[in-house]
Amino acid sequence: MNAPAGLMDLTSVLVLAGLGAFHGLNPAMGWLFAVALGLQERSRAAVLRALPPIVLGHAGSVLVTLALVSLARLAVPPKAVSYGVAAVVCGFGIWRIVRRRHPRWVGMRVTRWQLAGWSFLMATAHGAGLMVLPITLRGGHGAAVLASQSLLATAVHTVAMLSTVTAIALLVYEKLGVAVLRKAWFNLDLAWAVALVGAGAFAALT
Amino acid sequence: MALIQPDPTFYPSARDAMRAPKEELAYVALLDAEGQGRPDGLATIDLSNGSIVSVADMPNAGDELHHFGWNVCSAALCPYAPHPHVERRYLVLPGLRSSRIYVFDVKDDPRRPRLVKTIEPETVFEKTGYSRPHTVHCGTDAIYVSALGNVDGDAPGGVFTLDHDTFEPKGRWEADRGPQELHYDFWWHLGNDTMITSEWGTPNQIEAGPSLDLLVGRQYGHRLHVWDLTKRRHLQEIDLGDQHQMALELRPAHDPSKTHGFVNTVISVEDLSANIFTWYQENGVWKAKKIITIPAEPADADLLPEPLKQFGAVPPLVTDISLTLDDRILLVSCWGTGELKAYDVSEPFSPRETGSVRVGGIVGRAAHPAHPERALNGGPQMVEASRDGRRVYFSNSLYRSWDDVFYPDGVSSWIAKVDIGDDGSLTLDEDFFVDFASDGRRAHQIRLQGGDSSSDSYCFPS
Repeated sequence: MNAPAGLMDLTSVLVLAGLGAFHGLNPAMGWLFAVALGLQERSRAAVLRALPPIVLGHAGSVLVTLALVSLARLAVPPKAVSYGVAAVVCGFGIWRIVRRRHPRWVGMRVTRWQLAGWSFLMATAHGAGLMVLPITLRGGHGAAVLASQSLLATAVHTVAMLSTVTAIALLVYEKLGVAVLRKAWFNLDLAWAVALVGAGAFAALT
Repeated sequence: MALIQPDPTFYPSARDAMRAPKEELAYVALLDAEGQGRPDGLATIDLSNGSIVSVADMPNAGDELHHFGWNVCSAALCPYAPHPHVERRYLVLPGLRSSRIYVFDVKDDPRRPRLVKTIEPETVFEKTGYSRPHTVHCGTDAIYVSALGNVDGDAPGGVFTLDHDTFEPKGRWEADRGPQELHYDFWWHLGNDTMITSEWGTPNQIEAGPSLDLLVGRQYGHRLHVWDLTKRRHLQEIDLGDQHQMALELRPAHDPSKTHGFVNTVISVEDLSANIFTWYQENGVWKAKKIITIPAEPADADLLPEPLKQFGAVPPLVTDISLTLDDRILLVSCWGTGELKAYDVSEPFSPRETGSVRVGGIVGRAAHPAHPERALNGGPQMVEASRDGRRVYFSNSLYRSWDDVFYPDGVSSWIAKVDIGDDGSLTLDEDFFVDFASDGRRAHQIRLQGGDSSSDSYCFPS
């Protein structure tokens, strides 16, 4: 299938934004960290200050993944890339089902750079970029187009994630309180793994 | 098996945890003091009537069970390393003498815990270089265990970690231990990424019993150590004064936005008093201030055990303290004088005594209302408060070789309970008395089902 005249069709934009919201929803991806830092300082400004580094770290992880695959697409036939991506993404999804991890790097006192680094690691360990990857494999030729496409996909994903984490962080900080976690923190690991396997299958079929 | 929602016993803040349902069961470490090959046990107590529901015997003898803890707790909700869907279902029980570690599963039948894993001493020695494991705390990224000494029973003691999932020892925790040598308890201020550790003595100094020479020579521990919890580095030591021998239990404020806590010293070589210090941070420097002195009580030498006769007084011997989850009431066990005291420590430098009860004691031998005719020995020792801060349970044995010096007639073990009033007053529950006389073993640490005031730590302020 060939890409439409633009860099990305509406479906792709919606899927990328949806995945951004899905990632933003996950407490492990950062909004909870921002709320905790705000509570520690008893300051809403501290919540908001923590969000940009968290979102940028996440965006960095997604962009690195997309850029690496774009490089591969310049050198390898499209079908090979599709199957390669499918195998990696599916495999990662299955590995996420089997293996539970406790990343450890920072504590509660973090600089902005550490927060961005933490978010980059959490996004990478959860395969955030891999989940986004298959939707970007459609169409596009040449370095310039692929680079623009990677940047645009990351931007759409990031805007959706930023909106979601900001809304949830403020809602929990201002209204609900963290006690809501006791009921509302659903185990997204399985949903996350299923989404990865689905994304991998999608890559194989396109 | 991972849960769909967080384990219901996890609470983001200590304040939230105070709304937890009332505890129904307690787990208690039982120590065999006879040394005739009988193993230690893990007793389960029905708290509605104080009955002993079951006792699981260890598969080996001579472990000397002491303190123990849960595999995970509310620290699993910490935002930087979240794993909220792991279950609180395993009790990790170190053998203080044997260096063996047992893991019991309490999920399938909470009234009959089941042994699911044993870590042999050789594995602990090989992986960590430490021996005599003691305190267990569930951390944000691993299970943390303190150890009193190295494999030879000398200094340094320290901290090692166990894998959350497999319980295998992962190795020494410290990246840089600075001047720290002696070790006993540890806990942390999660909001400040700081660990605090305390000092008792090396295994070789304590296992044969208390030594008057070491005491008079001020050789037991008297310092606190402050560590960077994420970098695992020693930052600073706080010397409480070498007259204050044996700095034991650490009770940091449960609210992670506070950076103060309380520690007890067992005995002063100057006047036999016991003391409580508040540690705190001021302009980036950690300090400690003495806030409570509990004096020795004059006594007839005929009623005193050998090492105390020359002094004509009973030292209070404060051996354990417990802080309610609202950081308000500090419970203080005076194991020598047989008294449990309560202080309001809302103002951490201006404590106010709010309650006291007497049971047992070296001289007092105070009876319990459930058995008014029976003189009791041992005294309030391991003390644990319920999550809502309303009920306190305490047992009466300290440590085998030390029990035998201060209570040479042999500690007959029991657990009692007090209720805390709104004003911090203490009232003995006349109907609650768990008697271990017929079992013959000695009760030590008490863990309450679902968590208690020394089992969990929190990343979200109250």
